[in-house]
Amino acid sequence: MNTTDKLVIGGHEFQSRFILGSGKYSLKLIEAAVRDAGAEIITLALRRANTKQEESILDYIPQGVTLLPNTSGARNAQEAVRIARLARELGCGDFVKIEIMRDAKYLLPDNAETIKATETLAKEGFVVLPYMYPDLNVARDLVDAGAAAIMPLGAPIGSNKGLATKEFIQILIDEIDLPVIVDAGIGRPSQACEAMEMGAAAIMANTALATAGDLPLMAAAFRQAIEAGRKAYLSGLGRVLTRGASASDPLTGFLHD
Amino acid sequence: MVTINGEALDVGGKTLAAYLTQAGYEQTRIAVERNGEIVPKAKYDETQLQEGDVVEVVRFVGGG
Repeated sequence: MNTTDKLVIGGHEFQSRFILGSGKYSLKLIEAAVRDAGAEIITLALRRANTKQEESILDYIPQGVTLLPNTSGARNAQEAVRIARLARELGCGDFVKIEIMRDAKYLLPDNAETIKATETLAKEGFVVLPYMYPDLNVARDLVDAGAAAIMPLGAPIGSNKGLATKEFIQILIDEIDLPVIVDAGIGRPSQACEAMEMGAAAIMANTALATAGDLPLMAAAFRQAIEAGRKAYLSGLGRVLTRGASASDPLTGFLHD
Repeated sequence: MVTINGEALDVGGKTLAAYLTQAGYEQTRIAVERNGEIVPKAKYDETQLQEGDVVEVVRFVGGG
């Protein structure tokens, strides 16, 4: 991979363009998943602690990996801000993925509340990555609110349905001058590759791996697909003919000439 | 009573540090909010739980 091609989020540089989720699978698989994904960023959630001694996910995440806590469970901006502050208090950096949902059936992000939370947290010095429904006007408001990247959904969370919002994500990629990280819904490496070919800055995946037969192998597959898509984007895709054909072979020197 | 992680507990008057130790929390892996405000680790010793306080004690778990 071209080592000068870096993902920059809030002034932090990353080689990897694969953001790994850590939900819905064994803590014991995290190290292999991070390694085989080549991931440098991993998402986490915050929940009430238990009084009995319990294993901490932090003990399973390799050193040097940037933690990206999410605000899942927040139903409005105020709750998201509280969760973000608690996450920072845990002493693992300033990154936060804002996730605000009012609806447990579709888990769609509340864009209006997300803008409010982004503004508050950016002012407090957080590196804010808002999960959002792909809407250009909202994306522009998130830029103004101080987001470090935007995370539009490809399809509902955990659905593995792929790039259902493809046309609208393309608009964000074309118009927004921040990394556009496709989050949620990506179910297959080919879908991750397609998003990267479109010019997405990175891919976030969790359920696609957690529900795969062999998690580390799928992590490796995603890594390769994301790298392939990035290279294709950087190279510039070949054109598509509107009709007819264009020979790949010389059109002279046939045996019957 | 003090509400801690949604449970009403008779711990009013105790310091936060004393409660957390007695309850068995792994203190290096938690963050605490009291009445909507973060309590920094350095203040666990001097923070006295009051009747009616609402306290949240959280940790990181796997998530997307």
